[in-house]
Amino acid sequence: MQVGHRMCAGCGAPPIVNQVLRALKDEDNAVVSCATGCLEVSTCIYPYTSWRNVSFVHTAFECTSATLSGAERAYIALKRQGKLNKDKTTKFIAFGGDGGTLDIGLQSLSGAMERGHDITYVCYDNGAYMNTGTQRSSSTPHFADTTTSPAGKVTNGKMQKRKDLTEIMVRHNLPYVAQTALYGNLKDLYEKAEKAIYTNGPTYVSVLSPCPRGWGYPSDDLAIVSKLAVDTCFWPLYEIENGVYKITVKPAKKLPVEEFLKTQHRFKHLFKPENKWMIDEIQKEVDEKWNYLLMMEEKTANS
Amino acid sequence: MKKDISIGSNILRDGNSVEFKTGAWKSRYPSHSKEKCKNCMMCIPFCPEACIKQENNILTDIDLDYCKGCGVCAKVCPFNAIEMKDTHDSKKEVD
Repeated sequence: MQVGHRMCAGCGAPPIVNQVLRALKDEDNAVVSCATGCLEVSTCIYPYTSWRNVSFVHTAFECTSATLSGAERAYIALKRQGKLNKDKTTKFIAFGGDGGTLDIGLQSLSGAMERGHDITYVCYDNGAYMNTGTQRSSSTPHFADTTTSPAGKVTNGKMQKRKDLTEIMVRHNLPYVAQTALYGNLKDLYEKAEKAIYTNGPTYVSVLSPCPRGWGYPSDDLAIVSKLAVDTCFWPLYEIENGVYKITVKPAKKLPVEEFLKTQHRFKHLFKPENKWMIDEIQKEVDEKWNYLLMMEEKTANS
Repeated sequence: MKKDISIGSNILRDGNSVEFKTGAWKSRYPSHSKEKCKNCMMCIPFCPEACIKQENNILTDIDLDYCKGCGVCAKVCPFNAIEMKDTHDSKKEVD
């Protein structure tokens, strides 16, 4: 991605995109498509484009996967007819926010994954519709305060639990599914992106993308917030290769989930004395997920 | 004034947002200390603008034409070599 894009200062999405595209070999081409969202609207403001060295397809909110699967089929057909250079490889990468992936784009994503196109779908998950002003999405964490699920006298932020799309993608029997974040020196993200791009078949990578505006933290804390999400096991880093689970980062000391929650304004109401039960409930959900992953890792290791 | 417009007003150059400078957004300026910097390159992949330049694994410059002053680089640096300042130290930039 080129400089001059208009994402907010301190946004998590541009480092994710740059790191994913860095994993693409220099000699290979890429076709990139974006679901409507922060990334799409702020990299393609007419008459400018921030996409360089890749072919970019502008598409509607819900059909990123459909657009890209069509492009992939056309590529295969043209290659078979000898109309394209046989020595060149083109990879197909989709970027979507959580709204364009978990809510609006879910059916086209599910369809593309089921049909087995050789595409990589990268979801940068910031947990709400940040582009239009922090409306809740199905990826918004439990009890998070957003403009359409406000914390106040009547409701305590989002009342529903988060949809776990990574697990839904695993059930599509994909060759490679991963969940990662901007953690440490970004090696984890790079390796997973490389594996996803160069695995034959449909692959899905979910990346936690902190949002200073929507989450309510100072813009310079990008790395700290990401690290806390991983260290508290709020956002576990794991991958599933042909059904075999592997947790790639196991925090040496699993921190209580408060450490992550207290960095952000959207969870501020949880720290009132009468709302302690909400933190306990989030902790319970985090522990349940973590124990499930440990169990699955052990169970699938020998198969 | 006659201006050259492409057919359909298509954008003909990839990555032409380089012509749009976002540096005016910032209220804080990063100041890089060459003495403290160990060239670990942690800041480069973390920079949302990708405006930290390196040459042969040596950090050379932070491009203030595009830097939005978010301060991610300053927090990510293990050696505190980047500091966010309220005013732009123009003298230091020259040398």
